[in-house]
Amino acid sequence: MKIAVVQFPGSNCDQDCLRALTDGLHLPAEYVWHKQTSLSGFDAVVLPGGFSYGDYLRCGAIARFSPIMRAVVRSAKEGMPVIGLCNGFQILCEAGLLPGALIRNQSLRFVCQSIWLRVETGDTPFTANLQGRRVLKMPIAHGEGSYFVDERSLETLESKNQVVFRYVDETGDVTAGSNPNGSIHNIAGICNEARNVLGMMPHPDRAWDRKLGSEDGKLIFGSLAETLEPVVSR
Amino acid sequence: MVTEITPDLIRTHGLTDQEYAQIKAILGREPNFTELGVFSVMWSEHCSYKNTRLELKKFPISGQKVLVKAGEENAGVIDVGDSWAVAFKMESHNHPSAIEPFQGAATGVGGIIRDIFTMGARPLFLLDSLRFGPIQGASPAAKNNRRLFSEVVAGISHYGNCIGIPTIGGEISFDESYEGNPLVNVFCLGILRHEQIARGAAKGVGNSVFYVGSETGRDGLAGAAFASRDLTEQSKQDRPAVQVGDPFKGKLLLEACLELLASGCVAGIQDMGAAGLTCSTCETASRGGTGVEIDLALVPQRETGMTPYEILLSESQERMLIIVERGGEATLKEIFDKWDLPYARVGEVTCDGMMRVLDHGCVKVEIPARKLANNAPVYEREALADPQAPEFRIEDLPAADSHESLIRLLAYPTIASKNWVYRQYDHTVRAGTVVPPGSDAAVFYVREADKFLAATTDCNSLYCKLNPREGARIAVAEAARNLICSGAKPLAVTDNLNFGNPYQPKIFWQLRESVEGLAEACLRFGVPVVGGNVSLYNQNPNSAIDPTPTVGMVGVIGEERWITRQYFCDQSDIIYLIGPVGHELGASQYLKIIHGRKEFLPPRLSYDLELGVQAVVLSLIQQGLVKSAHDCSEGGLGVALAECCISGPRRVGARVDFGNWPERLDQILFNESQSRVILSAPPEAKEALEAVCAAAEIQFGRMGQVGGSDLIVSARRETLLWDVDELYHAWYDSIERVMRS
Amino acid sequence: MLGVPMKVDVVVMPKQSVLDPQGVAVRNALKDLGLDSVESVRVGKFLELEFKTLPDEAKLQEVCRDLLSNPVIEEYTIRIA
Repeated sequence: MKIAVVQFPGSNCDQDCLRALTDGLHLPAEYVWHKQTSLSGFDAVVLPGGFSYGDYLRCGAIARFSPIMRAVVRSAKEGMPVIGLCNGFQILCEAGLLPGALIRNQSLRFVCQSIWLRVETGDTPFTANLQGRRVLKMPIAHGEGSYFVDERSLETLESKNQVVFRYVDETGDVTAGSNPNGSIHNIAGICNEARNVLGMMPHPDRAWDRKLGSEDGKLIFGSLAETLEPVVSR
Repeated sequence: MVTEITPDLIRTHGLTDQEYAQIKAILGREPNFTELGVFSVMWSEHCSYKNTRLELKKFPISGQKVLVKAGEENAGVIDVGDSWAVAFKMESHNHPSAIEPFQGAATGVGGIIRDIFTMGARPLFLLDSLRFGPIQGASPAAKNNRRLFSEVVAGISHYGNCIGIPTIGGEISFDESYEGNPLVNVFCLGILRHEQIARGAAKGVGNSVFYVGSETGRDGLAGAAFASRDLTEQSKQDRPAVQVGDPFKGKLLLEACLELLASGCVAGIQDMGAAGLTCSTCETASRGGTGVEIDLALVPQRETGMTPYEILLSESQERMLIIVERGGEATLKEIFDKWDLPYARVGEVTCDGMMRVLDHGCVKVEIPARKLANNAPVYEREALADPQAPEFRIEDLPAADSHESLIRLLAYPTIASKNWVYRQYDHTVRAGTVVPPGSDAAVFYVREADKFLAATTDCNSLYCKLNPREGARIAVAEAARNLICSGAKPLAVTDNLNFGNPYQPKIFWQLRESVEGLAEACLRFGVPVVGGNVSLYNQNPNSAIDPTPTVGMVGVIGEERWITRQYFCDQSDIIYLIGPVGHELGASQYLKIIHGRKEFLPPRLSYDLELGVQAVVLSLIQQGLVKSAHDCSEGGLGVALAECCISGPRRVGARVDFGNWPERLDQILFNESQSRVILSAPPEAKEALEAVCAAAEIQFGRMGQVGGSDLIVSARRETLLWDVDELYHAWYDSIERVMRS
Repeated sequence: MLGVPMKVDVVVMPKQSVLDPQGVAVRNALKDLGLDSVESVRVGKFLELEFKTLPDEAKLQEVCRDLLSNPVIEEYTIRIA
């Protein structure tokens, strides 16, 4: 098994993601440069956070035209697990792999803080180990993280169980106060209909070491690894 | 067209007749217009430290662990063990931030980051020390201060967040003296192995000189000279001088330069900061004992029709000068192509010691590099002492309601929680932040080196105003105390000296007193000064800022279990005060905020007491006897106790009793005597802890116990009670409330 | 006339001499997408203001200068539709 961490110009969580995978979970992972055109040899791909292309024009708008994105889209359609974190989520939305968009935070300010999120479905490769609406703690850090989608798509997302994470309070309740950015329905992460593409604003890549105040991020990468392993060893 | 050098032109370049004579002596002829510009920026205060150099020599800069000394390079480097080292420095961007706060602060962040990676270090984190005029109220001045404050914070957040370097701490305070002249001091620290130290020297005659990074435009024209003048109405006319930062380019440049440095083909590297191409060419040549010859026609340019003068003096951001070893050209090209960054071979290292600048082959500048870089005039300015401030007498102070006073102090923006600010900074990127902003010192885990570092910035400008020497000493003591409270041993210091116009004898006196105070304290605490920055001419039309010699200090925490936080953790823990109860109210926040009096002598520092307290606290932490440690500073014991109750993830009450202590309750609660730390410890640690303190012969006292949901303070017959939730909201939401008004 | 809102368009652009990092990034992206001949891109803001009655010209200039644009790095043009 091998996991790709894509480096766009302006990615700044690429090193954190690689370390989370290799140091935190002892998983084989490698960088893939944005100018590359193939993901062959990889079993999953992470689009890390940061400010790809400075987030100029719109977050993720330029990155989605990077050469590697054609391979990401192709692999995603073939069923490869793809996870976009923060800026990676924004890129997945711009690339059309996930519905909706991430717009400016309701406060109009960048927000960096620790939040609670509830796992809404265990039916994805990233949450298979997280049954029973578990509540996780991890940081967020974004200026444009308010998830927005039109009403019809929202209904689809909810009815098809594509909302993977929701912002909640410490006890696991969805409240207005626990929504840090004004996301519709407190949505923090969603998957596609085929359930192999996940986008989320919170940072599991910053929550994998006791020293950092939370290790909950490991649960997500760990689920992914366990889902992949039987596939690879087959 | 040849511009004639007139006395007027010389004066508008900020050069005196005497300095002009010296220039002619160096050249053996009259300078041309471009050369005049070059001398003007290199001999500005910002680049040459001509008014402060003699003072800065007083700092202790050596130490066993110092690998690169202050003044040698862009930043000092200090050993942290196991062949790892840190490079760190603090720098001001006060004047640009006064004119255009967002870009001024953003480019300040970009500049200090380049200073660090120029040393070969990977930047790990940032701290900011910020000062503004008061932000409360509906006056136009307050409104403007709020604008400056929010734009500066947004600018720091814009650059730091985008480039992906966490901003994990610092300090912010508010005072009338900063009205119209905010202070923006930015600190950056990076990590490197000893063998990775890079030098800003043009080594190796015949080596290629490359320009890399953003194209040159007319932005920031002569910013260094601009930072060396008073801010006046005229300054607003100078507005086109403000540079625009591009953190995206900054990130690419950072990664490309580190990759190139790792390849081993770099002979010398220098950031183009203040005075841009001029400073980087003459300084690299001067340090290398060589010359540098470049042709401006080869410099990547963003605008057309730029003159040699404009190209040389431009302060466009995100640019570096790199000298590569012979044969390294291809490696440079490969790496900068990969990162899609402009680069150009603009010249080469020569043996004749000259900074020679051509334009399409015609010589435009020819100046002995070493003389230009090092022979700037040095002045001893006249100093005139302020009359000593009077001693505070408690008899003269009407008693105020201490219950209400504590709430008002906690809500005052200087003391209130800065969450409104640090929530806008990405403080968790790079996955190393162990103690986030809001504590005495920030703690960062350096994964590659397996080291825990603590860092803080400190300066109480009110003390410095009323006694600059004592204020400067206390800045060092407090920084060290903050580090100790987090479990760290102080290692080294960077300083940022912010003062008014040095030609005013009273201002120069403040500067000299502050430098001597800092120097003496650094020596006593065993922390060398490894670098820093001077920012003068910080005045608005009415007056100068209060003297603000900001101290940035870094320490190492030997073991993870020593990391200590400031807040109370568990019910029934015992609360100790290490150090005296104190009585000094002069220059306190209580006098300023509650009584409207910015006067009297500040508290006095005793080195013996301070060093004793710090040694005991660190020893108790290392022996595992302590659950929390918090330094008492602005607002005294009252504010510190409240912060212990409300700054943690769980609010908790405390009951504290001063028994028959003779002083007035407001004096007990709000005096700012130095050398005091509040500890909490589990009941089972009581005997061991008290034995350690007694053996060290350090003043200490059991103050009370953690518990309940109120902070209860008694002394003699008086008892005060605060609901911790009320204290929390007064403190936590204060700045948000002010900014919404 | 009554009830028909007056429209004023304000275009805010980075000054010619000021670096526009966003414009540069967009220009490079356009080139990458095959629009080879693109020379330069500058990104600004477009604001549509509606008024009940035509505002005072001086006041309009003032708010454009002090609020809608940052005169340090931007310039604006006003078009009354």
